Amino acid sequence: MTEVTLTVNGKAVKRDVPDTMLLVEFLREELRLTGTHVGCDTSQCGACVVHLDGKAVKSCTTLAAQASGGTVTTIEGLANGSLHPMQKAFNDNHGLQCGFCTPGMIMSGVDMVARYKAAGKELTEHAIREELEGNICRCTGYHNIVKSIQQAAGEM
Amino acid sequence: MSENGIGKSVKRREDKRFITGKGKYTDDVRMENQAYAAFVRSPHAHAKVTGIDGAAALAEEGVIAVLTGPELVGDGIGNIITGWAITSKDGTPMKVGAWSALATDTVRYVGDAVAVVIAETRQGARNAAELVEVSYDELPAVARGDRALQPGAPMLHDCAPDNMIFDWEIGDEAATDAALASAATVVELELENNRLAPNPMEPRSAVAIYDEAEEHYTLYTTSQNPHVARLVLSAFYQVAPEHKLRVIAPDVGGGFGSKIYIYPEEIVCLWASMKTGRSVKWTSDRNEAFMTDAHGRDHVTKAKMGFDAEGHITGFKVDTIANLGAYCSLFATATPTYLYATLLSGQYNMPAIYGNVKAAYTNTVPVDAYRGAGRPEATYLVERMMTTAARQMGMDETELRRRNFIQSFPHQTPVIMCYDAGDFGGNLDKGMAAADVAGFPARKAEAASRGKLRGLGYSCYIEACGIAPSKAVGSLGAGVGLWESAEVRVNPVGTIEILTGSHSHGQGHETTFAQIVAEKFDLPIESISIVHGDTDKVQFGMGTYGSRSGAVGMSAIVKAMDKVEAKVKKIAAHQLEAAEDDIVIEGGQVKVAGTDKALGWHEIGLAAYTAHNLPDGMEPGLKETAFYDPANFTFPAGTYICEVEVDPETGVTEIVQFTAADDFGTIINPMIVEGQVHGGVAQGIGQALLEQVVYDEDGQLLTGSYMDYCMPRADDVPFYTIEHNKTVCPGNPLGMKGCGEAGAIGTPPAVINAITDAIGTNELSMPATPLKVWQAIQKTRAPMAAE
Repeated sequence: MTEVTLTVNGKAVKRDVPDTMLLVEFLREELRLTGTHVGCDTSQCGACVVHLDGKAVKSCTTLAAQASGGTVTTIEGLANGSLHPMQKAFNDNHGLQCGFCTPGMIMSGVDMVARYKAAGKELTEHAIREELEGNICRCTGYHNIVKSIQQAAGEM
Repeated sequence: MSENGIGKSVKRREDKRFITGKGKYTDDVRMENQAYAAFVRSPHAHAKVTGIDGAAALAEEGVIAVLTGPELVGDGIGNIITGWAITSKDGTPMKVGAWSALATDTVRYVGDAVAVVIAETRQGARNAAELVEVSYDELPAVARGDRALQPGAPMLHDCAPDNMIFDWEIGDEAATDAALASAATVVELELENNRLAPNPMEPRSAVAIYDEAEEHYTLYTTSQNPHVARLVLSAFYQVAPEHKLRVIAPDVGGGFGSKIYIYPEEIVCLWASMKTGRSVKWTSDRNEAFMTDAHGRDHVTKAKMGFDAEGHITGFKVDTIANLGAYCSLFATATPTYLYATLLSGQYNMPAIYGNVKAAYTNTVPVDAYRGAGRPEATYLVERMMTTAARQMGMDETELRRRNFIQSFPHQTPVIMCYDAGDFGGNLDKGMAAADVAGFPARKAEAASRGKLRGLGYSCYIEACGIAPSKAVGSLGAGVGLWESAEVRVNPVGTIEILTGSHSHGQGHETTFAQIVAEKFDLPIESISIVHGDTDKVQFGMGTYGSRSGAVGMSAIVKAMDKVEAKVKKIAAHQLEAAEDDIVIEGGQVKVAGTDKALGWHEIGLAAYTAHNLPDGMEPGLKETAFYDPANFTFPAGTYICEVEVDPETGVTEIVQFTAADDFGTIINPMIVEGQVHGGVAQGIGQALLEQVVYDEDGQLLTGSYMDYCMPRADDVPFYTIEHNKTVCPGNPLGMKGCGEAGAIGTPPAVINAITDAIGTNELSMPATPLKVWQAIQKTRAPMAAE
């Protein structure tokens, strides 16, 4: 067992968990934050994306112990009470259907907009599509996801 | 009328919980006394099971039970059924091999479940499953449908010595042969429709809860049709009587057909819950999903089409081998027959059609309906045939299509279907205008200047949705009726709950179903809620698949609303001392037309429940139910035009423009309908360019993860151009046709026709990977002179 100390969505948490526990299991099973999903076993689909110390990571391939000491933001903690511009953009543009990939899409979208802004680069349609390489959606054909991220990029 | 009524792109009301991480999917459910199941699965494609030793697994800390097939059968759990009986052309019934939820003596595909371990933790169950020792005697295996039907192929089931499930036919063979014999031109084509894995992003999951005191079961499950699951689990698998079994399909993360079926895992979890006295959860991982979720497509087809000297179709003859995998899944047998061969007429006048379909057992995962189900296979065949024929006859392919388009309706095809409405020429016009076909030569020349090959491909698809009527499908072998039910509850305060047997797993029913209620009663959409997915709440329903929720599910709601409207008018007429015919419902009021006499909508609700002042003899309350059974299928149709650029040096295809011009009849919410088309088109592009389930010769699955099975990513697809044409479906009250599958049906031939146009060959198979396209290009080039 390993003691894992994290700040998750602004709250300090401490748990003794098996050494092999993944960050996504820690979030879903220990903290019952079930908005973060598992869609594959091979780090391809991105349904599990959360922010660790301000960067998007796949929580299905991060050990909880690895993250210890860090600060995690999940979809539940992205905005307090109101909606984040990325969340609102997904609703405005019908950027989701079944909703399963959506938390990962939104967390990846927020991360990519922030990175491009910080680097002073334009987040073009082409760039959004390439940045989404690690997020799979089976419902939307990506059309409205790209539109959603374009809208939010203008508002963030 | 209502600002959120029919035809408005109302933003989805269900989105808030999904975008904030508050959706409730099956794997999010956790019970107090929950244990976890892990399945022991066959690593062999075909083998005798000679022994199972669970002792080492049972000795592990936290392991509760190791359960096997013989115990399951001993407890009276029934074999898995198939729901559509097909009769072979010689009059014999189809051959259905026994399928136990846990194998009793033989495994027939990689992933076939042999045993289950129940343990305190998910990881503990998985680790212990590795310790279950199963002894196998390997048997020879066969993975391809055509090979399985060859003499001497390994046999899967004793009841089908030649692996033939059925040898079925449709149409008039003699008339078709005669038409082909006298045709001016006969075009021949051999095609494979590649095997696909549906891949909803949420893996399947089940939580089974047994209440010993009540002898009652609850099952949370990833289902598109929870009532059908309850019926089948009860009536056929004998898990529990129907009134002692509640099935809940909460938020479901996509289905595309693969969550229609009742799989071994759900049966085993329910049974294991009773055996262990624990709630039992199982959630598939992606690798397990590739090994166990029903696959789609997998046809091998040879076809001939005859034309007269003017290019009119005279006859169409089709021979198809459908690979149905190791067992007959729930609707597997209907897919390559009544959902495939009945659409072989496409959008065209065809005087004679003959189709022969042979279905084969193979050592692969069972194949069943996947988005489109039979109709993509028919469309791919017909539309590749039309393009190939035009090239062979030296005709413009749009002109060849127009010359053969069905123009008058109703139109009886030679293969059962009677098309009720359509405007095929109009769809083609809209598609060509939106795709700027006129500007294509200039774009092609510009691409050539960059060394790229540009091509344009067409697909004029027609499909059949809302499978019905029940009496007709019953006569064709269906084991169920295909109606839908609805209940409209007006509460005493005037708010409305709609209980529907349809199930939403991404389609947005909580929005669109409320829109038709807002329209009908001219009420704010906020006062309407939609209830679905729970057999304890909704009386019965057939669920969502085959693009039926609009045409069938919403029609049931309309029927129930009509009954509510009639009662509301009776109450209002009584209280306002007016004639029923003079009562109108608008703006939240129930009024006497042309006067200032009115009651608030909520006052009618209250009046119905206080029952202080109702017409003599009227029952209190304001709640009505309807079952709606359609009179016919509906027939969505459209034109898809794909424009590609191929890099001849690498074989890489880029889709530069994709235009969909669809006729879905009445559209409730254009935003949601367009979203359905986007998703379907992407799945069609996936089939055409990227996706294929691959088994090796011995039946080993080679595509067991997203590392090996190529899902469409955002950079594989363009923004799509969507156009709508509209001919109203005369068969249902709203005039709707269905939009859920069109994209997956219409897209693959448009993509392949575009690539073959670009590279100048008719020979190309799906998925058209860069390697295949590059090889096809090399074949078109004249051989180099010998050095």
